[in-house]
Amino acid sequence: MNQNASTAGTKPAKEAKPEAMQTLELTDNEATVGQCFTDKPKMSMRNVNVFYEDKQAIHDVSVDIAKNEVIAMIGPSGCGKSTFLRSLNRMNDTVDGCRVEGKICMDGEDLYAPKLDVVELRARVGMVFQKPNPFPKSIYDNVAYGPKLHGLADSRVDLDEIVEKSLRKASLWDEVKERLHQAGTGLSGGQQQRLCIARAIAVSPEMILMDEPCSALDPIATAKIEELIEELSENFTIAIVTHSMQQAARVSHRTAYFHLGRLIEVNPTEQVFTMPAHRLTEAYITGRFG
Amino acid sequence: MQATNILFLILGLGCFAFYLGRGRSLAIAKPLGGIRHLHSLPSYYGFHAALWCALPSLFLLSLWMIFDDLLINSMVMDALPAASAPADSASYNLLLNKIANLADGILPRSGESAALITAADQMLNYRVVSRWSLTALILTLSLVGMAWGWSRTAPLFRARPVVEAVAEKILLACACLAIFTTLGIVLSVLFESIQFFRSVPAFDFIFGLDWSPQTAIREDQVGSSGSFGAVPLFVGTLLVSAVAMVVAVPIGLMSAIFLAEYANKTVRSYAKPALEVLAGIPTVVYGFFAALTVAPFLRDLGEGFGLSVSSESALAAGGVMGVMIIPFISSLADDVITAVPQSMRDGSLAMGATKSETVRRVIIPAALPGIVGGIMLAVSRAIGETMIVVMAAGMAAKLTANPLDSVTTVTVQIVTLLTGDQEFDSPKTLAAFALGLMLFTVTLLLNIFALHIVKKYREQYE
Repeated sequence: MNQNASTAGTKPAKEAKPEAMQTLELTDNEATVGQCFTDKPKMSMRNVNVFYEDKQAIHDVSVDIAKNEVIAMIGPSGCGKSTFLRSLNRMNDTVDGCRVEGKICMDGEDLYAPKLDVVELRARVGMVFQKPNPFPKSIYDNVAYGPKLHGLADSRVDLDEIVEKSLRKASLWDEVKERLHQAGTGLSGGQQQRLCIARAIAVSPEMILMDEPCSALDPIATAKIEELIEELSENFTIAIVTHSMQQAARVSHRTAYFHLGRLIEVNPTEQVFTMPAHRLTEAYITGRFG
Repeated sequence: MQATNILFLILGLGCFAFYLGRGRSLAIAKPLGGIRHLHSLPSYYGFHAALWCALPSLFLLSLWMIFDDLLINSMVMDALPAASAPADSASYNLLLNKIANLADGILPRSGESAALITAADQMLNYRVVSRWSLTALILTLSLVGMAWGWSRTAPLFRARPVVEAVAEKILLACACLAIFTTLGIVLSVLFESIQFFRSVPAFDFIFGLDWSPQTAIREDQVGSSGSFGAVPLFVGTLLVSAVAMVVAVPIGLMSAIFLAEYANKTVRSYAKPALEVLAGIPTVVYGFFAALTVAPFLRDLGEGFGLSVSSESALAAGGVMGVMIIPFISSLADDVITAVPQSMRDGSLAMGATKSETVRRVIIPAALPGIVGGIMLAVSRAIGETMIVVMAAGMAAKLTANPLDSVTTVTVQIVTLLTGDQEFDSPKTLAAFALGLMLFTVTLLLNIFALHIVKKYREQYE
């Protein structure tokens, strides 16, 4: 990872630090601080603005996500981190009045190009939601949903194999192998969330977006999911939105701090939590607001 | 005074009692330092006084209304001289009617026996006495109640629980009224049906294949003795309902899917009310639309294809009935589809499903129990529908499964059996009650089934 465009923004911020630390006001046109860009990004965002009707939810965000990286988005409620995440697989399309400006590319391909097939994009970029949302179908059918949809299995045997593999990767197989044909909604919250992860990885996406995947779960289930994220990062690129700074610190390689719709700082996670480069990041991680 | 006037008098006194009670509580509260020193809000004291004033009087009034005629009648009849006293209950009623008519001046008095004239005068007398004593009693009772309610108004008196308890009882009474009315209807239909089944065996009725309810009234008349096999009617009903559902279910369901999943806000805000206008069209309008427009059109169309379509066909009636039922299904289905959580849609879309795949594979299966419940309700609506079939389906009780033929339905037969001058002790008219009972049973079972499914559906998401 290199540190080109962002260095310009880093210096004035550092010089201004002593007095600026006093004010937590966000001044306009503050550039993002830290390591935003990488050489061969899996996904790259340039000058992204997102609007809901007339209200602007994301202001001029530019950042890269590297391959097989886990990037965490943190920030106070309403800072736009979920909106940002949802613009990466165009789930914002389902929201009336939502408009995305700027350029979002995956492997150099513009995601908002008119000829892009959203269906294909979403097969490549999976998503796990805040609240576990298994379909009211059996565990097997939940996982088989995507492969059936995209014709990934030619026979029942293939499908069985995909289902088992996905459930194993989501470390759920041992718990459910005896009851694959019972309702997915009958599982516990943590199991349901892992089922949703299994469902997402069953179509072999290249990237997985996670929108606060543990906020509805108890600590033990959370620990399991976090462990899982670490394993998954070997094969997938993961972008995770989280409310918990500890979680960001535990699972991510890089952390992005959002504030009022602006991307304030992106840096390696360790650095963000030990030596934040921006006064607002520091204020947030030390608990002065959030 | 007339009963209605008395009713208004009681209500007026009740209002007055409310203001007295409320005023007194306010007056008491003032020297104590405001209404916070009262147990309940002033209006509760008002309601308390008003309830004491009105409820006992209303109770007395309704009892009086039920019993005063009976009492007066028996007093008048008892006073008749033995010579003109009636022999049996039939002539008792006849005589009583005559006396009442004399009293009301409907029958001329000239030429009637002196005993009857006296009786009529006596009846008039009793009525006047009854009315005035009722007025006096009610007035006293109201005033006493008002005074009692007023006198109980005190800072520590707990008026609120009393009023709340009475309010609960009033609500309960209203609920009971609705239930008892239904029960009354069911029982009356049941008793008439039992009478019918005395002359026609239930087995012949339920499984008989021949329906011609015309019975000879006199011995010497030519004509059938009547046969009451209800099967052709139920087959006809099923045929017409089936045609209606074939029209209504796909169109209703698909328009619901469009409205719930595809339409944007503007389209939805116009399309939904427009669709619901269909539900507001009176069925008689649908009826003549079916009979005068659709049926001839279908007949001509059939001729073009070399089919013989009856000018009163099950197809015409069922098709138009289907159109009538569309808003029923579409608005119920729209409700259950909108009730499917957004997270289901998100989950499916995020998997790379298209909108229609999401609808087919996730939304419809999730909403299915609710949709089935809606369809069941629509079916019972179709079975009970009368006007359209009376006008467009025909009267001939044919046992046929051909929708191009004319059929008749249970409801049509009930209408024809009971319209016009009828005698209510022949099997012909009583058959209507038996048909009604069977129809009621079928729709009741369907409704219970539908409600059961809807309830099961609710549990799934709570």
